[in-house]
Amino acid sequence: MKEYEALSTTSVKHPWPDARGRYGRFGGRYVPETLVYALDELEAAYRSAMADPAFLSDLAERQRNYVGRPTPLYRADRLTAHLGGARIYLKREDLAHTGAHKINNALGQCLLAKRMGKPRVIAETGAGQHGVATATASALLGLDCDVYMGTEDIERQKLNVFRMRLLGARVIGVDSGSKTLKDAINEAMRDWVTNVQHTHYVLGTVHGPHPFPMIVRDFQSVIGREARCQILDQEGRLPDALIACVGGGSNAMGLFYEFLGDTDVAMVGVEAGGTAIVPGMHAARFAGGALGMLQGAMSYVLQDKDGQIGQTHSVSAGLDYASVGPEHALLFTSGRVEYTHASDQEALDAFQLLSCTEGIIPALESAHAIAETIKRAPTMRANQTIIVNLSGRGDKDVQQAAKFILKGEEI
Amino acid sequence: MNRIEARFQALKTQGVSAFVPYITAGDPSMDLSEQLVLALERAGADVIEFGVPFSDPVGDGIVIQEAAQRALQRGASLRKVIAAVRSIRRTSQVPLLLFSYFNPILAYGIEAFARDAAEAGVDGVLCVDLPPDEADDYKLALDQAGLCTVFLTAPTTSDDRLRLVGAKCTGFVYYVSRLGVTGEQTALAEGLKDAVTRIQRLTGKPVAVGFGISTPEQAAAVAGLAEGVVVGSAIVRVVAQHGEDPALVETVETFAGNLAQAVKGQT
Ligand SMILES: Cc1ncc(COP(=O)(O)O)c(C=O)c1O
Repeated sequence: MKEYEALSTTSVKHPWPDARGRYGRFGGRYVPETLVYALDELEAAYRSAMADPAFLSDLAERQRNYVGRPTPLYRADRLTAHLGGARIYLKREDLAHTGAHKINNALGQCLLAKRMGKPRVIAETGAGQHGVATATASALLGLDCDVYMGTEDIERQKLNVFRMRLLGARVIGVDSGSKTLKDAINEAMRDWVTNVQHTHYVLGTVHGPHPFPMIVRDFQSVIGREARCQILDQEGRLPDALIACVGGGSNAMGLFYEFLGDTDVAMVGVEAGGTAIVPGMHAARFAGGALGMLQGAMSYVLQDKDGQIGQTHSVSAGLDYASVGPEHALLFTSGRVEYTHASDQEALDAFQLLSCTEGIIPALESAHAIAETIKRAPTMRANQTIIVNLSGRGDKDVQQAAKFILKGEEI
Repeated sequence: MNRIEARFQALKTQGVSAFVPYITAGDPSMDLSEQLVLALERAGADVIEFGVPFSDPVGDGIVIQEAAQRALQRGASLRKVIAAVRSIRRTSQVPLLLFSYFNPILAYGIEAFARDAAEAGVDGVLCVDLPPDEADDYKLALDQAGLCTVFLTAPTTSDDRLRLVGAKCTGFVYYVSRLGVTGEQTALAEGLKDAVTRIQRLTGKPVAVGFGISTPEQAAAVAGLAEGVVVGSAIVRVVAQHGEDPALVETVETFAGNLAQAVKGQT
């Protein structure tokens, strides 16, 4: 397997963010004044780390020997045959240590926290994967770790809650608002405002105030860099389409970023369609949202006419969020990426189909990307290829999925 | 002249500090909030911060979060807050500062908001999650409408940024005297005098200190250091405790009156 260059923070064809942390009109740094210095400090530390060969080689070594990178690009022949149409490849982020792509970012940011001399990190988590990843990196690096999690998510992701505790993290339940990811982020921001001098906030997706969307994207872009080399190795040419689910948007940005300049590669982001595209029953920001500012970034936001943030719903906790990363908002308005959504039911069907055709149980988040693949692959020719980001494994979801799939039967 | 600026100037000649109480608009109801504003004026408020409830108030502690939640459950919105100001202006000329988050203003439309707020009788706006470097359109619209733009400063604000805030603030500069969200504190931040002096020097504006002041003793101590004393959560808590009480308005008036007297050095 080839060596992949560790990180890049610039792309000639896609010069975002600009100096003010903006992606077109999106992004920025909408935070209470107390945090401005912390964001400045973080950006400076990040830029110096990225220019430091020792930091980069430490990161690359840990990605290889601890995370298990590169993750495979797996040709899913039985799924391909079942659907009929384009050849389907799965980028196996489910095989990364802790079972999802979230570790790529958590490890990078915890190394940064250490470099900044901050002994404590905090994180928000929805599905629990980012919390687990941050707790893991903290255990590895000897950092104190507190994770904020909505009490509704604690209920539907019990296994991950216990994993975090096992890893030495404290899980703090958040009972305000919708008791999900958005509320966990509010509480993490309140903690950060209070303890900013010795605490780093490991934000888990490409959202929040600049420089977070850039940092998370860059740490996740290893996914696309690997995938691009791997598909060239295996197919001798670039893929026709990339498909990824979009919560905040980090696994999608991670896969897409390296391909943005490849204009023949189509890209599809899949949001949570929930039970219906009516307010409160989904989390498809590009289908039902409007320009707004939530939690530090200008982007698309599910909100009412008065600018109050809307309730959201998804069977998958990791996609259940009222806003979306600002870079996705730019890619949506520019038309470079197509955004669509998959319903709870479609995701549950995809969850089962991938399990029985390939022996791979996907995370419910990733199952949204599989659901779109099920619709799209049959419309494509057999000599075309799709790379689907299999952002995580589904072990955390089996109990939740069983409730829907077995409907009343015992597991 | 803008009522907020006029009030700070008048107080300067009298050599006393401003008492700046905060309440959340719409808690326990918009009608009662209007009455509470008038009660705060009678109690001796110089500027009243009228909080626009928001679903995701990241800058606020639990007391003000819960107040916002109650207000939203009763149907409060930015539009209704502006209507309440219009109604207050029928009987009162007390300087009024809206304390908001950015998204409700963005959804309203920045220019429409500035126009409607000024027309209703609002004197200025403080937007918690809008630092001055993101506020170009907002600043332009509020300036044109004759509204004060108050921005926050914090213990972590650098000298350069203090100069920036000074250049963008009108009326006064708000100093968040400690790291954290709104809420009552038992002890005041150390080194407050030095911090306030530094902000006065670098911004050239009057400074109001807030976040954590809850007792008359603390209010009196801060009044000796800064041009303004903001009390928020302590008053919102009294409103919450007496939300159903027919004596709500008098209770808040008495509570605020004690704070006002402490600020004016009359205790
Ligand atoms: C496996 C998995 N995929 C996707 C997501 C969604 O996040 P993002 O859109 O940032 O990749 C999550 C979030 O928890 C996740 O756990």
